[in-house]
Formats: sequence, structure tokens, C-alpha cells
Amino acid sequence: MRISKIMILVIASIVSIALCIFCSLTFGARYIKFNDVVSYLFNTDQTSFAALVVRERIPRTVFSIIAGASLGVSGALMQSITRNPIADPSILGVNTGASLFVVSGIAFFHINSASQYLWFSLLGAGLTAVFVYSVGSLGRGGATPIKLALAGAATSAALSSMVSAVILPRTEVMNAFRFWQVGSVSGANWDGIIAVSPFLIGGIIIGIFATPALNALALGDEVATGLGVRTGMVRSISAFAGVILCGATTALAGPIGFVGLMIPHTIRLICGPDMRYVVPMSAVGGAILLTISDIIGRLIGTPGELEAGIITAFFGAPILIIIAMRAKVRSI
Amino acid sequence: MKNIDNLNIVRQGFIRRRVRWLTITLILTAVTILLSSMLLMYGSTRYPLSKVIQVLFGEEVKGASFAIGTIRLPRMLAGLLVGISFGIAGNTFQTMLRNPLASPDIIGITSGSSVAAVFCILILKISGNAVSIAAVVFGLLVAGLIYLLSKGGSFSGGRLILIGIGIQAMMNATISFLLLRANQYDVPAALRWMSGSLNGMQMKSIPTLFLVVIIFAAIILLLGKHLSILELGDQSAITLGLRTDFTRLSLVLSAVFLIAFSTAVTGPIAFVAFLAGPIAGRLVGTGVSNGIPSGLVGAILVLGGDLIGQFAFNVRFPVGIVTGIMGAPYLLILLIRMNRTGGAA
Repeated sequence: MRISKIMILVIASIVSIALCIFCSLTFGARYIKFNDVVSYLFNTDQTSFAALVVRERIPRTVFSIIAGASLGVSGALMQSITRNPIADPSILGVNTGASLFVVSGIAFFHINSASQYLWFSLLGAGLTAVFVYSVGSLGRGGATPIKLALAGAATSAALSSMVSAVILPRTEVMNAFRFWQVGSVSGANWDGIIAVSPFLIGGIIIGIFATPALNALALGDEVATGLGVRTGMVRSISAFAGVILCGATTALAGPIGFVGLMIPHTIRLICGPDMRYVVPMSAVGGAILLTISDIIGRLIGTPGELEAGIITAFFGAPILIIIAMRAKVRSI
Repeated sequence: MKNIDNLNIVRQGFIRRRVRWLTITLILTAVTILLSSMLLMYGSTRYPLSKVIQVLFGEEVKGASFAIGTIRLPRMLAGLLVGISFGIAGNTFQTMLRNPLASPDIIGITSGSSVAAVFCILILKISGNAVSIAAVVFGLLVAGLIYLLSKGGSFSGGRLILIGIGIQAMMNATISFLLLRANQYDVPAALRWMSGSLNGMQMKSIPTLFLVVIIFAAIILLLGKHLSILELGDQSAITLGLRTDFTRLSLVLSAVFLIAFSTAVTGPIAFVAFLAGPIAGRLVGTGVSNGIPSGLVGAILVLGGDLIGQFAFNVRFPVGIVTGIMGAPYLLILLIRMNRTGGAA
């Protein structure tokens, strides 16, 4: 890719993320003027209602940026290592696995802090991902999209029955769990963000460092081995990063689907299949998408709000359908 | 001489399969009847079978008439009918798409009906037959949409399933949206309905359900022979003189009617449509129609699940949760076996 195009991409990313941040601080159930937002941000001693509103919106904006970036990178990594266009945390059932573990944690071990949620969620996400992928890749042809999707859909159906079995008799858990059923960035607070950030940033860095090897992997395992890439290790490290990213995000946000599905596809349309650009740009794209979804959710849902997970599902499911329609029959 | 021997072997095989089919079907019927009568006998008060029979024949028995006639009988009948229709409809989809995982609850049709039903319950605050009609209409629309979207080029089961999963995700998002918009007070009821429950069944919803199940199950069973030809693939089916589009359309319509109507009454009972066909298929073996056995297995799953949900734990679980959890291990076995033989691709 030419230097000038890279420059354009970098500038466009920075501008659009900045724009997203400002929109996220400005719009919502209460509209706050641009000038006021700026003055509230720099004068921290203001205590007017609008200033408090803006300050309330800061953590969720920060979180939607990093969570969106993580989901985007996670999707790009999973699609690349499985060579499967529809690999996404929500389709692989990873989110439901994380939900089940967190709900069981709330119900049986009385966990209540973000860092405890985090560990349960990571464990659940990891186990489910490994399980679904190994079930989906048994037999002829490895992990074809259809086998993976069905294994994921069936597993998450089973897991969500278990989630219901855990929460139905326990009203107090049902309340604690409510924000979990639909992914939302509104539950974010600084403690939670600080707890998950190391995982998210670490996962994104691993993902970016793995990109040259992933490029080789895209040529096929034999060629990659010939080029000196240790395919098994690259796969497992990238899968690990992908699972960490979506597991940690799910811990704080609940299941947000389809960001990891649609962003890498869109990014590949813009800057080609080179993973060195796809992974970082997926981070940017995911951040923008999730922040915009959150803003839309706040605007549509006034005076309350509509969870970002609902909005992303409405954008993302049609993308899945389009991918399925364009795919050749044989490759499904 | 050789030919006659071969013919004999074929005929014996045919007879053996018929006998096995008949035995299994009879056993399944017996189990269904047993579970149904257990559902009538057990409850907060236990009544002996003789009393149950007295009540069923219209005799006035003090106490028992109310408990059995008003509470347990509608519950049992609803479970029976819904189980049969989920079983038969699920089996139809699985056979037609040649994929045991392609049951209506996985590819979005059940969710489509659920959206309509949840909308009616929470937003329009109506109940009864209007909900069923809305569920049927919406289920048909969703099924039609999935079919149209997957029609591009030649018909492909795999593409249809993927698109169905996408539609399913949208439907689930819609349900979440409706739940969030709804009055807080109504939400637990809607959640309970969505996990599939026989609680609070009333006699007035039974007759319509009965009619629907009889009519559309009969259509599907009558088309059973064509269904097994359709299973050979479109090209062979056309060569054998089958009007594939017409047959597929009538089968899909009937199956969607069964699914949507039952869903409107009890809510989506997890995994019944999904499990009944494969279980029945393993019981009766290949080469025979497994429409009737699937229906019976479906009924057994629902009735048994309801018994377990009511009495096995100190908390009462809706039947859908029991079937969902019981189904999980079987699902794993199915996935693993199927992928090993390459059946999913």
C-alpha cells in the first residue's frame, strides 16, 4: 500500500474517532452543546447538571472505544486463523459461554466485582470457543462455515437454557444479570475499565504482532511452513488473543454480537487482505461502530436507552446474510 | 434362482423394517399414554388412575374434577399436541434440508413466531387465537424470507441454514428490544413464556390447537413418501417425477403452521423440534418414514420434561428449560457423530 494512502487512513481514523468521542459526549437523552462539552471537560470543578451528564458519559465513551476495538480485532483474528468468513464471538457461542459462567458465579459463588466477573467470563469464553471450534472442525473439510455456525448456534441454545435454569428461581440474580442478556456499554465504570484494559490492550498488541505470520498463514499451511512460520503456534497464540479480547469485553459489556463479524469484512473491502492493515484498522472500525451504535441506541431509546448490542445485531445480521448469499455453494 | 433369492432377501429386509417400525411405534405410543396419565395423576394431590378415568368419562368426583379437569387435563393435552407438532415439523425440516441440525428452532422460524407473540402479549396486550394467527403469519413471513434469500442460483441447504442463523439473530434482537420497551410488570411473564412453559394452560386454547395439529400433521404424513424422495436431492427427485417446488412448499407451509401455532400456545420449548427427528430416526432405523415416531418422541420429550420440571426439583422449572438442558448432551453426541461422518457439509 502506498505511503499516501496509509497517511489518509491514519488521518481518517483519527478524525472519525475524535468525531465519535464528541458525538458520544454531546448526544443522548439530554443534548449538550459542543462549546459546553469542551468547557466542562477542562473545568472539572463545575457541578451543573449538564456537567455531570458529560462526566457520566466519559467512561462509557472510553469503554465503547476500547471494547469496539477489541471486538473488531478479535473477529479479524478468528476469521484469519479459521479461514472462515463468519467466525465471530456471537456466532461461535462464545458470548453465551461467558454469560453462563458469570451467571453461575453470581448465583453460586456470590461474585460481584468487575474483576471477578472478568475471570469467570474469560474462563467461560475460552472453554466455549475451544469446544465449539473442536466440534465444528471434526470430520471432512475441517471447520467449514456451516459446521462452525451450526455448532455455535446449537451450543449457545443449550447454554442459554442453562442460563435460564440458573436465573429463573433467583430473582436477585435475574436483576444482576439483566444488563448481561443484551450487551451494553452503559454498565462501564472506571474500576471495570481499569480491570479489563490490560487484557484488551495485551490482546490487541499480540494480534498486531501476529499479523506477518497470519499473512503467511493465509497462503495455506504448507506454504506458511515453507516460509518458516510455526503454524500451530501462530494459530494458538492468535486464538488465545482473540478469545481474551472477546471474553474480557463480554465481562464488562455483556454479549455484543456481530462487531467482530462485520468490521473485518468492511475493512478488507477498503484496504485489501493484508493483515498488517486489517488488524489495526479493524480496531479503529470496531471502535467507531460500537460508539456509533451506542449513540444511536441513546437517541432512539430516549428517555431511556437502547442497548448497543441490539443495534449491532440489527446492523450485523444482514451482513451475515449477505456473506451467506455471496458465498459459493461449495465453500459453505 | 439367484434372482428369487435376492428378491427374498429384499422382501425379508422390508418386512423386518416394517416390524421394527411397528414395534417401536407401539412402544412409543405406550410410553406417551403412560406419561400422559402420570401427568393427570400426580400434582399437589395424587389421584389413583380409577379416579382419573372417572373424571375423564365425565363423572363428578369431589375435588378431583377441578384439579384434573380444569388444571391438569389442559396442561397434558397442550403438552401432547405441542410435542407432536414440534416433533413432526422439526423432522420435516431436518429431512428436507438433509441436515439434522437444521431444525426450525435453530434456523430462525421459531424466533419469528416468538417475535409476533411477544409483540402481541407485551405491546398489544391481546391473547388467545389472535396471538396464534399473528405467530403463524409472522412465522410464514420469516420462513418465506429465509427461503427467498437463499434461493439465489440453485437451492442450497447450507446457505439457507446460514441465512436462517442470521435472521435468528435479528429476531432475538427484536425480542430484546420489545422486552426493554415493555412494562416492567409484564417482563417476567414474557420471559417465562419465552422459555417454553405449560403453566396456566386453559381448555379454551385446546380445540384450535387440536384441529391445526390434526390437519397439518396429516398433510405432512401423507406427503411422507415424497419427503423421502426429496431427501435424495433435487435432481433425483425431479427425475423420479416429483414436483419438487410444490412438494417442498406444501411441506414447509404445513411445518411452519405447526411450529408457529404451537409456539404461540406454549412458547418455544427448546430442542424438542431439534431432537425428536434424530432420536426417532435412530430408533426405527433407515428406510422407513419416521414422521409418526418423531411426533411421538416429541410428545414424550415434552410430557417427560414437564414431569421432571414439576416434580424432580424443589423449584418448579418450565418444561423448556428441562428439555434444553436434557438436550445438551445429546446435541453434543449428535454434532460429533455427524461431523465425523461428514454429514453436516
